[in-house]
Amino acid sequence: MEGQSFGSPWRQLLLATWRALIGAVGAMDAESLLLSLELASGSGQGLSPDRRASLLTSLTLVKRDYRYDRVLFWGRILGLVADYYIAQGLSEDQLAPRKTLYSLNCMEWSLLPPATEEMVVQTSVVKGRFMGDPSHEYEHTELQKTSEGDKVFEEEVVVQIKEETRLVSVIDQIDKAVAVIPRGALFKTPFGPIHVNRTFEGLSLSEAKKLSSYFHFREPVELRNKTLLEKADLDPSLDFMDSLEHDIPKGSWSIQAERGNALVVLRSLLWPGLTFFHAPRTKNCGYIYVGTGEKNIDLPFML
Amino acid sequence: MEDLTSPKQEQENQEPGEAGRPWEEIAASSQDPKSGLSEPLEPEQQPETGPPPRSSPAQSPQSRASTPLDDLTGPGASSSLSPPQEASFTPTLALARQEHSDKTTNVNPKAGTPRSHHLEQSSDKGEWTAPATCQSEGNAFQQSQQTKHHLYRPKDVSDNSSKQKELRFNIFQEEDSNSNYDLDHAGPGVSEAAPSLLEIAIQSAKAYLQKTSSKSGLNLYDHLSDMLTKVLDERPENAVDIIESISQDVKMAHFRKKLDTLQNENEMLPIYEIAEKQKALFLQGNLEGADQELEDEIAENSLPNVMESAFYFEQAGVGLGTDETYRIFLALKQLTDTHPIQRCRFWGKILGLEMNYIVAEVEFREGEDEEDIEDEDVTEERDDGDSEAEENDEDELPRTFYKTPQAIPKEESRTGANKYVYFVCNEPGGPWVKLPSVTPAQIVTARKIKKFFTGCLETPIVSYPPFPGNESNYLRAQIARISAGTHVSPLGFYQFGEEEGEEEEEVEGRRDSFEENPDFEGIQVIDLVESLSNWVHHVQHILSQGRCNWFNPIQKSEEEEEEEDEEKEEEKGEEPDYVEQEVGPPLLTPISEDLEIQNIPPWTTRLSSNLVPQYAIAVLRSNLWPGAYAFSNGKKFENVYIGWGHKYSPDNYTPPALPPVYQEYPSGAEITEMDDPSVEEEQAFEASREAAALPVEEMEDTEEDEDEEDDED
Repeated sequence: MEGQSFGSPWRQLLLATWRALIGAVGAMDAESLLLSLELASGSGQGLSPDRRASLLTSLTLVKRDYRYDRVLFWGRILGLVADYYIAQGLSEDQLAPRKTLYSLNCMEWSLLPPATEEMVVQTSVVKGRFMGDPSHEYEHTELQKTSEGDKVFEEEVVVQIKEETRLVSVIDQIDKAVAVIPRGALFKTPFGPIHVNRTFEGLSLSEAKKLSSYFHFREPVELRNKTLLEKADLDPSLDFMDSLEHDIPKGSWSIQAERGNALVVLRSLLWPGLTFFHAPRTKNCGYIYVGTGEKNIDLPFML
Repeated sequence: MEDLTSPKQEQENQEPGEAGRPWEEIAASSQDPKSGLSEPLEPEQQPETGPPPRSSPAQSPQSRASTPLDDLTGPGASSSLSPPQEASFTPTLALARQEHSDKTTNVNPKAGTPRSHHLEQSSDKGEWTAPATCQSEGNAFQQSQQTKHHLYRPKDVSDNSSKQKELRFNIFQEEDSNSNYDLDHAGPGVSEAAPSLLEIAIQSAKAYLQKTSSKSGLNLYDHLSDMLTKVLDERPENAVDIIESISQDVKMAHFRKKLDTLQNENEMLPIYEIAEKQKALFLQGNLEGADQELEDEIAENSLPNVMESAFYFEQAGVGLGTDETYRIFLALKQLTDTHPIQRCRFWGKILGLEMNYIVAEVEFREGEDEEDIEDEDVTEERDDGDSEAEENDEDELPRTFYKTPQAIPKEESRTGANKYVYFVCNEPGGPWVKLPSVTPAQIVTARKIKKFFTGCLETPIVSYPPFPGNESNYLRAQIARISAGTHVSPLGFYQFGEEEGEEEEEVEGRRDSFEENPDFEGIQVIDLVESLSNWVHHVQHILSQGRCNWFNPIQKSEEEEEEEDEEKEEEKGEEPDYVEQEVGPPLLTPISEDLEIQNIPPWTTRLSSNLVPQYAIAVLRSNLWPGAYAFSNGKKFENVYIGWGHKYSPDNYTPPALPPVYQEYPSGAEITEMDDPSVEEEQAFEASREAAALPVEEMEDTEEDEDEEDDED
């Protein structure tokens, strides 16, 4: 956080609101962390005071050291022995791949390698809880066919998968599947880069209760498959991401209005533990994941 | 429009030598004189100095909307315009007054002498959004305007042709108004040159800009001025980068205004309703009556200190937020005030799809909760009566031999799984609803299904195996399971009461009552964290039967056995003679004995803080029921559950398979279908019969043959 003081207090106020605008979008920005945590507390999991305090301090240092534009607190993955605290650093372009960092004590952060397709495939065989120890290795026996000359053998190969890899792929999957952003918070310029919409005043109350006003915070996948008729109604500068409406299975989002209509909370049922909150008519929004890091495959049975 | 004409005319009449007042009124909308024009009027306008072009608010309105807006305040400036010009001028004035500050687009027209009065005064007025002020403050704004107006001096008239929008329209306005004035008023002694080609070009450009859009009713001129006003008011950073969004916002704002009040009403209602309900929570403390103190004493016993527990849980990172917790606290107080409750505890929060449940665990005072039991017994009796009636009517139809297994009766209240009564509400401030007692069948089925809660207690549960009940029963069953599985306390906190039944039979000898140990001295927090054997379950384990206390289903009432002995002898072969008694871990078993889930320990222990271990508390997190937490600081402890209400299983959920089809009829010779005999078989059969019957009388043979033929047909 820069403690600069510009000329008039009015200008300072403008700057502060500008920063808040920027900071309120996405996972929890370090600067608005306390407010965001309070708003997302309805799901029961949060952070203890000492973690909160250490987060605020350490994230600002991370921002300085790694030269990120913004640092967001992503969430917490509960392990058996210890918990992982995850943060993400962003650059100017909002949709660019983010750098993920993890920490066990909210003070020392380590950078995680970016996720690759291979990693995701490899770790999809691992089931169960996270241990909490990044160097822990899961053992998985596979039958691999090895050919020696003419004969084909099937050998049992024990594949070792590191927990770090699993962590990376789980975070990536969660981001791709359930990271949410309200419509209008970002806009796309004709030249390509995506910027924070500084005139975003928040969704109106009626819009905030519809799933169609929220987008997946990732490169669009379904958008191209839409018919021309559907695309005609979209605004290309705002509707450039997939909306939550068409998620399969239908009903995998629970949308609730808490405190009357003063706060809208979306909870994902596919990855239980992901909570997205938004206070309508304000710029406050964000999401946090606190959970075991396992997908809820039983979802179709449970609805 | 019509209103303007009269004052204008008046002012026109007053032009020649009048001082301040009418023109002060005009001033709001009037235009500032250019230097040349203002000079003759100087005595009237003291603060007015030389600065030639002082942009006047009046000008900007003129440049702006051509949308007809009728409120014109002191249309002083307009007086100088001819009526045909009014249309553009007055609405703009009004608009300008309403929406825009004077900072923008203040251009001084080259007014003639009469106009100059207005102009001077208008230049004085800084704020023409407030018509009232302009009337009174003749001189004040002049100064304020001066500086600003300087900025907007129409410097380069020649730039008009470039049609740049930024600040040029000021010039347009100025020129335009000048030209207008010139055209309109030959009377006043302003003798300006006839409009030059340049001025005509400017005029036409401006007229083009003022063309109203056929779709939206706006025109570009006004829109641009609105936009620039907004930019200059708000002064955002890098305005040029976000100018498009600002433009959009201005357009939207233009249309939104009229609908504001209507929309707000509907949307804001729920917020107000909830606030009202919660206000009632805060006001309930004002009980009246002399018994208040007594009630308070009792209430203190039953109301838990939710805030204290919440503080400890927050150290562990678990909790609902201070606000929410306090409201829950008050809601619990409301519950204890309205019901005769011995003890009450905040059990936790179960999340649902549409609404959540806040659960309170309650123990009634002695003899207070007999109502529900009677109701359920009555319904059971009715069912038995109906089935008997049916049997009498339909004797002839075959009856199946299948006997539904006897329903295992639910436990009495205050024992076993029904030890506590649970109340739920959707939000603090909402009404508390009592959950019905749980039956073993519900628990058994609840173990086999996995469903999300919707938040409405009457929702039917559609599942296989079919759940006997609706969501309130399912909720109650899950609450029972969670309590049995995760409610733990430090070793020694509870002890068994005086043991009277030690010598009784095994079936009933299970100790199910405990009480607080007054001599409990606390356990070190470190010990609580390191060893799980320092924690014990203080809720009875639920057997697979669905009850805590074993119920022997074979032990049908002895009367029945005697009456139906004969039938039973036939059927005993199908029923097991002896059902093994299900045994579960006894009460107050340490949790180190809990089973692992596929190599995952069932509990995770943590110190709440590694940085300050001397004040840390021990936190237990259940891995079997994610969302169940327990804390202890050595002397105090508490359990809570915040989650979706489901058990954890590393494998996928598989719905149970359908049972095999019931064998109602044993396959035997009588029932088994046989193929019809083929032709060869029949002929062989007949041949053998004929061979056997030959010695018999021929008549009988033929008869038999015929009979056989008939039979075969």
